[in-house]
Amino acid sequence: MPSYVDPEKCDGCKGGDKTACMYICPNDLMVLNVEEMKAYNQEPDACWECYSCVKICPQGAIAVRGYDDFVPMGGQVHPMRSSDSIMWTVKFRNGNIKRFKFPIRTTAEGAANEYAGQKGDNLDDCKLFLEGELKAPTKLA
Amino acid sequence: MALPNKPRGEIAAVVNPEVVEHSCDVLIVGGGMAACGAAFEIKKWASDDLKIILCDKAAMERSGAVAQGLSAINTYIGENAIEDYVKMVRNDLMGVVREDLIYDLGRHVDESVKLFEEWGLPVWKKAEDGSNLDGSKPAPTLREGGQPVRTGKWQIMINGESYKCIVAEPAKKALGEESIMERVFIVKMLLDKNRPNTIAGAVGFSVRENKVHVFTCKTALVACGGAVNIFRPRSTGEGKGRAWYPVWNAGSTYTMCAQVGATLTMMENRFTPARFKDGYGPVGAWFLLFKAKVQNGLGEFYAGSDAAKEELKHFMPYGASAVTPTCLRNHLMVNEFKAGRGPIYMATDVALNAFLDEKRAAGLDEKAVKKYWKHLESEAWEDFLDMSVGQAGLWAGANIEPEKVGSEIMPTEPYMLGSHSGCCGIWTSGPNEDWVPTVDGARSHQYKWGYNRMTTVDGLFTAGDGVGASGHKFSSGSHTEGRIVAKEMVRYCRDNTYTTELAQSAQELADEIYAPVKRYHEFVGATTAADVNPNYCKPAGIMMRLMKATDEYGGGVATYYMTSGKLLGICMDLLELLREDADKMAAGDLHELMRAWENYHRIWCVEAHIRHIQFREESRYPGFYYRSDFPSVDDENWKCFVNSTYDPQAAEWKCEKVECINIIETDPWL
Repeated sequence: MPSYVDPEKCDGCKGGDKTACMYICPNDLMVLNVEEMKAYNQEPDACWECYSCVKICPQGAIAVRGYDDFVPMGGQVHPMRSSDSIMWTVKFRNGNIKRFKFPIRTTAEGAANEYAGQKGDNLDDCKLFLEGELKAPTKLA
Repeated sequence: MALPNKPRGEIAAVVNPEVVEHSCDVLIVGGGMAACGAAFEIKKWASDDLKIILCDKAAMERSGAVAQGLSAINTYIGENAIEDYVKMVRNDLMGVVREDLIYDLGRHVDESVKLFEEWGLPVWKKAEDGSNLDGSKPAPTLREGGQPVRTGKWQIMINGESYKCIVAEPAKKALGEESIMERVFIVKMLLDKNRPNTIAGAVGFSVRENKVHVFTCKTALVACGGAVNIFRPRSTGEGKGRAWYPVWNAGSTYTMCAQVGATLTMMENRFTPARFKDGYGPVGAWFLLFKAKVQNGLGEFYAGSDAAKEELKHFMPYGASAVTPTCLRNHLMVNEFKAGRGPIYMATDVALNAFLDEKRAAGLDEKAVKKYWKHLESEAWEDFLDMSVGQAGLWAGANIEPEKVGSEIMPTEPYMLGSHSGCCGIWTSGPNEDWVPTVDGARSHQYKWGYNRMTTVDGLFTAGDGVGASGHKFSSGSHTEGRIVAKEMVRYCRDNTYTTELAQSAQELADEIYAPVKRYHEFVGATTAADVNPNYCKPAGIMMRLMKATDEYGGGVATYYMTSGKLLGICMDLLELLREDADKMAAGDLHELMRAWENYHRIWCVEAHIRHIQFREESRYPGFYYRSDFPSVDDENWKCFVNSTYDPQAAEWKCEKVECINIIETDPWL
């Protein structure tokens, strides 16, 4: 189900340093047309539907329409992602709607400890940073 | 309206790109789980003057196989014995694996998972009353002894929508923004001009500006995932993008390492996962968490039938395990399809209602059952929404509610990978410890040569999907392997004081990288439509041609994965022509130039795959592929690795049998 852009909402990220969808797409599909100042998916049949562009768009301008070779029309799955949870709205072809909310992160964005400046002590053994004694196999052949 | 003889993309490619040269000690190629592990770990061992650069063809926050998220971590040893992990992997991959690499991974992997949780990944926990708590609920951490929610013996459940964002964050912070180059696609590794068999650098290009980047380095990690869109997919229109594995994995890891002479191993192995039809949603939680079973078109639960048990007896000892090896599960399913007993259904309705009946039997009133159902329904949908939203979209479009109706499952087109339930990849050294077997001879036969996870090329390392003969690492194991490599690369830099020098000039390399652009500009005026031109071919067409050849002759879905020596010979002939014509690819914009180089990588990687299947005269992985001329598993002659090495000087391939040594006891086998 390739992503598509609503031209009413897309502002091309105002021509700033980063166009959010273009920055994030793992497959280099989302691109900005500078003349129109609008983004679009340049290769819909290479879209994995990973929703990275949908989740990151600051204008909520991107949604997904089912792959036209096997998904009947009318359904839609759309997320609202915050810093600690994501709310999914699943709209069925028959109009039914289900909503699901899941946690996505237990720490503040940017708070992951990279252990800056800390070093391991012995470069010549197999122990990785923070690891204690390592096991060796038993029950040998 | 203008005639369509102009570049399609937004960033037109120019004939003479800027050439930028970089010098570093350590080059990390890739940005997925393995590369993030390396980026985090390396600063813990490197001195501050060691120069490190990481190149990702996408953005690390959402790159690699975990870009979309995951609903489970499939490798967490926890309370289990590492020896049992080795036995499980060995049996699932039909006996031919590197037990040293698997054991080594098993003894490190939990530490990565504990870090993920510490960084903010929500991990489900078991409450004291036995119910499941999602990862945001207060509970002891794994490090504090908290009990994860096990589905199978090795898997734990997570709320993993932001898994990759969470893992990339400390990786980027540790390395520093100034050391990370995103949207730079490395396409060739480069050997040293003076020292034989030694890595000296790499070359790639930006997909955002007309720049070619040339790197010299002392040591490099190549971790760019597996290979996708190498066999014709079941959906060939828009749905081609809904590959099971990430569609941007183009076999770059295998090709770039093989081209500089790194020995490959088990490239005959492939993975054709049985997944929900078309949407390719995951089945693991359905099988393991919800205890769902598969029914054939007659309504029979065929996998537990007497006939299935008899069939599995042909593949002993592998077929005897409580959890049937992945390929043999496929084999049973393929047999149902071939006998006309399709379609195969995952009985989601039976499974979910069994849970509700169980609650009713335990005395819950309807109100309580309804509340329980809300929780269960949410768990079922999260499995898709975390990692395969497209499957949820298919259910929404088709009005499918899993409690009311089952859904079809089906084996997909083949993929190549080394971290999931497959094991193709590169032959690497194991840890330099006494319990790892010592073998005489060339590195392509040895199990250790000084630096853990170093390929047979000095200074060149790999991890994740790159390391062959040791599958079932999954996301956590790939991260772990990147960490292992990071420390080894620092040690390599300390131990080796030589300086590296590239054999080709930066301009020569740039000319080679941008050849498709030059060809485009030279010939585009010859027709009125840029995609149809007798002087060149476009990457999109080359990819379809590759997938048609492999599907029809190399054992794709068209033949229910059946091939033969004769068919493989035709496939190799077609690939040779394809490789010649790939030299005539043209690219008008930078996106298309990326597609062109991805196809060079795909073609090489597939050629190695076919070459290995040709060499191995048996059918080691029934259900993944079959050779009609050697249809059975032949342990007597083929319980061994197949390794292949490309000689970059002579431009010749050599395939050989390599002894497979068991480290962990074989009696009992499991």
